Amino acid sequence: MKEKAQKETEYTKRFDFAVWKKILKFAIPYRKFMVYLALAMMSVAGVDIVMPMLTRYVIDNIVATGEMNRIVPFAILFLSIILLQSFNVFFFIVMAGKVETGVSYAIRNSAFSKLQDLSFSYFDKTPVGWLMARMTSDTTKLSNIIAWGLVDFVWGFTLMFGIAIAMFIVNWKLALVVLSVTPILAWISGKFQVRILKSYRTVRKTNSKITASFNEGIMGAITTKSLVREDANYKDFSNLTTTMFQSSYRAAVQSALFLPIVLTGSIVGCALALWAGGNGVVMGVLSYGTLVMFIAYADFFFIPIRELAHIFAELQNAQASAERIMTLIETQPEIVDNLDSIKEHPLKVNGEVEFEDVGFKYKNGQEVLANFNLKVKAGETIAFVGDTGGGKTTIANLVGRFYEPTSGKILVDGIDYTKLPLQWIQSNLGVVLQEPHLFSGTIIENIRYGNLNASDDEAISASKLAHSHQFIEDLELGYQTIIEEGGTNLSTGQKQLLSLARALLANPAILIMDEATSSVDTETEHLIQQAIQTVVVNRTSFIIAHRLSTIRNADRILVIQNGKIVEEGDHDELLRQKGKYYNLYSVQFVDEITSENLRNR
Amino acid sequence: MVGNRVLYLGAVVAIGIATLLSFATPMIIRTTIDSIIGEKPMDAPLFITTFVKWVGGTTVIRHNLWIASILMISLSIIRGAFDYIKGRWSARASESIAKNLRNKLYNHLQKVPVKYHSTTKTGDLIQRCTSDVETVRRFLSVQVVETGRALMMIAIIVPIMLTMNTKMTLISVILVPLILIFAFIFFVKIRSYFQTADEAEGSMTAVLQENLTGIRVVRAFARQKFEKNKFDEKNTEYRGYSYRLIRLLAIYWGVSDLLIYSQTGLVLIAGTVMTINGDITLGTMVAFFTLVSYILWPIRQTGRILADLGKAFVSVGRINEVLDYPKEDSGGISLEDKVSGNIEFKNMSFAYNSDTPILKNISFKINKGQTVVIFGPTGSGKSTLVNLLPRLWDYTNGSILIDGQELNQFNRQYIRNQIGIVLQEPFLYAKTLQENISLGKTGNVTQQELLEVSQIAAIHNEIQSFEKGYDTPVGEKGVTLSGGQRQRIAIARALLQNPPILIFDDSLSALDTETETKLQNALMERKGKSTTIVISHRLSTATNADNVIVLDKGEITQIGKHSELILQDGIYKRIWEMQTGVIK
Repeated sequence: MKEKAQKETEYTKRFDFAVWKKILKFAIPYRKFMVYLALAMMSVAGVDIVMPMLTRYVIDNIVATGEMNRIVPFAILFLSIILLQSFNVFFFIVMAGKVETGVSYAIRNSAFSKLQDLSFSYFDKTPVGWLMARMTSDTTKLSNIIAWGLVDFVWGFTLMFGIAIAMFIVNWKLALVVLSVTPILAWISGKFQVRILKSYRTVRKTNSKITASFNEGIMGAITTKSLVREDANYKDFSNLTTTMFQSSYRAAVQSALFLPIVLTGSIVGCALALWAGGNGVVMGVLSYGTLVMFIAYADFFFIPIRELAHIFAELQNAQASAERIMTLIETQPEIVDNLDSIKEHPLKVNGEVEFEDVGFKYKNGQEVLANFNLKVKAGETIAFVGDTGGGKTTIANLVGRFYEPTSGKILVDGIDYTKLPLQWIQSNLGVVLQEPHLFSGTIIENIRYGNLNASDDEAISASKLAHSHQFIEDLELGYQTIIEEGGTNLSTGQKQLLSLARALLANPAILIMDEATSSVDTETEHLIQQAIQTVVVNRTSFIIAHRLSTIRNADRILVIQNGKIVEEGDHDELLRQKGKYYNLYSVQFVDEITSENLRNR
Repeated sequence: MVGNRVLYLGAVVAIGIATLLSFATPMIIRTTIDSIIGEKPMDAPLFITTFVKWVGGTTVIRHNLWIASILMISLSIIRGAFDYIKGRWSARASESIAKNLRNKLYNHLQKVPVKYHSTTKTGDLIQRCTSDVETVRRFLSVQVVETGRALMMIAIIVPIMLTMNTKMTLISVILVPLILIFAFIFFVKIRSYFQTADEAEGSMTAVLQENLTGIRVVRAFARQKFEKNKFDEKNTEYRGYSYRLIRLLAIYWGVSDLLIYSQTGLVLIAGTVMTINGDITLGTMVAFFTLVSYILWPIRQTGRILADLGKAFVSVGRINEVLDYPKEDSGGISLEDKVSGNIEFKNMSFAYNSDTPILKNISFKINKGQTVVIFGPTGSGKSTLVNLLPRLWDYTNGSILIDGQELNQFNRQYIRNQIGIVLQEPFLYAKTLQENISLGKTGNVTQQELLEVSQIAAIHNEIQSFEKGYDTPVGEKGVTLSGGQRQRIAIARALLQNPPILIFDDSLSALDTETETKLQNALMERKGKSTTIVISHRLSTATNADNVIVLDKGEITQIGKHSELILQDGIYKRIWEMQTGVIK
């Protein structure tokens, strides 16, 4: 699944109206601006057509006749036209800017909202980088093509269309002669642009490989050094850059070939007009003035063809972005509120949890739990121990309804929780994860994430309860200390204490701690242990731990192996059983005592 | 670089010729219409009049108009050929510069000391290596030739104009300085707006990234709405800033186009007046009008060139910052043979920064083939100690001897080849498992060897259970494998290396107890083959070791065999007693 999502699918399909229709929905609020934009572009094209006429007028009617007095009115006319054109330029850029920024804003917000609703299983199989690319580069590309594509399209189309009409009015036979090259030119342009785009696609792919290589080279610097792989890595890398050179060079050469071909094609059109029209004049079937005008038009006619070919190619390219974004926006979350969910229910969860024959399989078919049964009284503290991959985290995620059972059911306070709104259980839940995630912002803001309405005092007392108060006070700025992105300025242990405080502020009926105490030094470990003693009071708690000292005081300890409860009981009972728990404990206890002794020597 | 300069020069010349040829087409059309079909006297450049004479005069062409058409087309093809050459050469130059830059950066980053990597952020480095290189490349591929062309145009056209009429020339370029100054000032002023927009995008992306990586926290607290508002705020901000930037650019292009059109208008009107007054001929006026449009078009691009130039300068600076950091020295002794593996530390001290010593007065001796366990709490300096051996860091005081030879005197690459080190968080390359394991050894690795080390590392069975077995690709940074699996693959890699010195830096920490025991037993069987240093929290490892070094706060507090240490008063004894007490 992961691979499928990661792969940047090649969309070689023909133009897909359905996708564009969906994307254009995002532009609907800006249709007014798009109309203005189109009008402005028509006006630009109009001025572009008029400009050469003005020159001709000056030469034919002022210079030739020497009528000086016509200059001033002409100057005024010229000035007003260029003012109009400059305003047009300003106006269409502003309009296109409105559309571009508006559309990308709308797409991003809509995709973000969707991401907030999608289930965990979606994030399990979709890498963050993939999602980021949808929200950044794909969105930018789409809003760009919608706004600026419209600019080029309207301008080019108006120009070609206007000139074509003018040519037909002046002389339809000559017009046909000139236009005869257009289909060929359009065909060549189309072919070329598609090929150029394909080449650039290869370039982009190689480019992301290069980025990955740099990443690897930097992240793995120590390993590379200790394996003395520098030269071998460099060889691999320079193969990549050589491929990059070849593919981008190929793309550039294709582009370099394209322009002259289109230009020559349009010159052929002009030359044909000159030849046929000139003969007409010589034979007396065409007026001299007509020829002059006609050639001027013919010369102009081909200018936009390159822009138009470019837009169509870009459109085809952007279609891939459009499809990727629409797949994201249209993904249905797997866990949704049941339509006939019980509307009447107590607001507060009491905390009784029961697993009834619960089975759980991941999307890929991997079975984690089968016929799992467990009854937890409100206020009980349950600890899970056992090997990685045994299903401990899955059980915790099921309690929080981050996944739903694939068979059987889970009752919370005696009600099947799928019959209740998602918010019900989740707003009564506190979770502390193995890798504590903090958001950038101040410490107090991070604690308040647990309860947005909490006062400073409440946040601080939660922090005291979680034993994080002391280290925060020791920081220069205390609770106002700004946490950098990813929380790099705090140690993992400190982050864990903070996320514990955050969970406590929510005052949840159910508390889940998933390996909250691994990778913590002994001192912090000690603090967390103390904290846990105080926080489990009055709530149902699920604690997953590698370190057994953390869970010694749990009401019940479950040893989980391959999705099954293999041992169950409190600490003393399990030690007496001399089974799996006993083994784990005796090995670990020594380790813990060791480090503690070394510390407190 | 010299080759690239020649290519650039060639490209500029080619584009110059192409541009000159592009003047020809309108002239041919004009001459054909005016003097061949029409009756006006010929007023054309020398090449056209010569050509007409050569063909046999206007009447011949008049009755064979195809000649004019063919001439137009042929000139256009020649022009196209030059255009093509320009595109080809400038692409070749810019792409090969970019390629060299990338290679240089990659090579450099592999050879700078570990110190550099530990003090720089990966994201920032990657940005320098990718987007900064791309900025430079784009500037080189487009703007260098365009600038060259603009300068060449001006250099060719202004003298032509001057030969025709000085006053008219002056009028033709009078607004050009104004346009250039306006472009310059505008892009200096607008730079901060570009930056704000970039920063706004950055902080929006940061919120997005944080949300996605912390999605479990968001859900755990049911904060979807809060997150949506937070994102909306940043999204709105970004939209606002980028819209403001576009508006400013709209002003720039509007004003700049007004100036350009005004310049055209000035030529037209002044030309008309001067023609009517008889100062210049109609032909000259038309020529001026055409010529001026040829310089104005490239000048219109000045704004873009300046903006790109500014960005390119910043990027070059950022790239050079990386390249200027000195590489590790590559000198020193390389022996023909492997070292035998005797290690001695003598009053060795080390500090990352000169003020806070991490290791103080370390002295101990390990004979070849011995296994030594280093034992101590987190932060006591264990990892630092073992990282000194492959010269990832250089010690500051005292000495470390390998086979009696000062470690600092060895060539880094040589000594690293003598040491296999398994890190606590091992790094795997984006290659297959087989390739990753085989990296330890230079030359061919037989299937037999591969199986052997994988079995010792207790990873063989798991690899077999993967769909693709040993051909399973490791995802970027090895994300598809668990921490324990990564550790064992790195162990297999180190074993295959079969080095005289083997170091395990807490590399069994992610294993569960059973796997660890299995692995330890297998390693025990290898005992004596390599000098082995094991960092471990677990005492069971120490019982079989030849020596145990207890380290705390950068100093050795105890040293000796397990059997000796349990008799000495000290932590080790206390712990051992506790352990036996519990097990009983």
